Amino acid sequence: MASYSQRLLQVIRSTNREISLMEVCGTHTMAIARSGIRELLPPNIRLLSGPGCPVCVTSQGDIDSVIEMVRREEVILLTFGDMMRVPGTRSSLQEERSRGADVRVVYSPLEALKIAENNPDREVVFLGIGFETTVPTVAVTLEEAREAGLHNFSLFSLHKLVPPALELIMSDPEIRVDGLICPGHVTAVTGLRPYETLAHKYGKPCVVTGFEAVDILEGIVMLIHQLQNSTARAEIQYKRVVKPEGNPAAMDAIWRVFETAPSRWRGLGMIPDSGLQLRDEYAAMDARRKFNLPEMEDIPIKGCICGAVLTGKKIPTDCALFGRSCTPLEPVGPCMVSQEGACAAYYRYTPGKRKVLE
Amino acid sequence: MCLGVPGRIIEMKENYRAIVDVNGNRMEISVRLTPEVQVGQYVLIHAGFAMEIIDEDAARETMQLLLEVMEYGQL
Ligand code: SF4
Repeated sequence: MASYSQRLLQVIRSTNREISLMEVCGTHTMAIARSGIRELLPPNIRLLSGPGCPVCVTSQGDIDSVIEMVRREEVILLTFGDMMRVPGTRSSLQEERSRGADVRVVYSPLEALKIAENNPDREVVFLGIGFETTVPTVAVTLEEAREAGLHNFSLFSLHKLVPPALELIMSDPEIRVDGLICPGHVTAVTGLRPYETLAHKYGKPCVVTGFEAVDILEGIVMLIHQLQNSTARAEIQYKRVVKPEGNPAAMDAIWRVFETAPSRWRGLGMIPDSGLQLRDEYAAMDARRKFNLPEMEDIPIKGCICGAVLTGKKIPTDCALFGRSCTPLEPVGPCMVSQEGACAAYYRYTPGKRKVLE
Repeated sequence: MCLGVPGRIIEMKENYRAIVDVNGNRMEISVRLTPEVQVGQYVLIHAGFAMEIIDEDAARETMQLLLEVMEYGQL
């Protein structure tokens, strides 16, 4: 296996074109940092992080709205763990919890059903953050909640779709991306179609890639190969898991419960049709409507360049706060909080800890 | 988190619930998103749901990768 990686690296090193590739998914950012691939590539091949970390792309105003909501006494907020420490403008969920708010970390949205059942006099809100991989699990949970007749359960949907954000990045003249390393598990749900459209429309190759170092190297070789042959197709390197048709049962679940809506992204602003809101049949389970939550303004975090990092315009080490006042223990911006955040990945996998490819 | 945890289906229960074995631990998940799955098959689990049916090799590889990521992900 080691020699196969070496051969892939040789192929990569044999090109002298200037190539910028974007790894869309936060898990890729992590895997790339961990394996030290970035350092093994020649300087003419650049890897940029993309908007694929759900916590990182959540807008500051939306985080502040969530924090406002948990201050209500009747609310029990359920969230995935990586949201707890994300700094809002004045506080974080963790800080709110230490001040008495009822915020609970769950592993699965299904846990919400039990909690709602056991707390009939409270309002249980699930904080919906995540892309196409997570949304179907939330959709099914809502269906089950409705079947069970739970009236004290609702969703605060900050869910987002990946392809509209990529489309914006592809059409931004300030961002130079020649090809996309596409997210493995998002595509396992959506199928290849969105990337075929993207590849065709913008003339950029897309390769859906797995998470082992060898997968990533192979994905890069496939992209370079396409660029050398001036083709722009969507291909799957990660065939072990991703089927071209995706998971139709999961996509169906999404559209039974959600419809697209405009959504605000950190670093990208408002993108039409990039968010998911509940369909009218589920309006009673929409936390924003239920609690009449106002939209809050995005107040930028001083000195934090997360937005530019998420769009491949900057890398974490360009940030003056990186590793100084901003570290995983005391994060200033969301990209340093989430495991999948580019800043956290760059920080964590410092050269001494890096696992080098033999 | 996007990675998904591999598990083997041990038992099917009602309402699309199933018991899976994840690296020696048992847990209950929903198989509503992979309704055709059968006992003995491997699945990728995300947020308490089977998201994909995968083969044994892919399951073994993913488990190994996860364990590595966990080890290196520690602060
Ligand atoms: S290092 Fe910290 S402050 Fe700088 S961009 Fe990253 S998260 Fe923001």
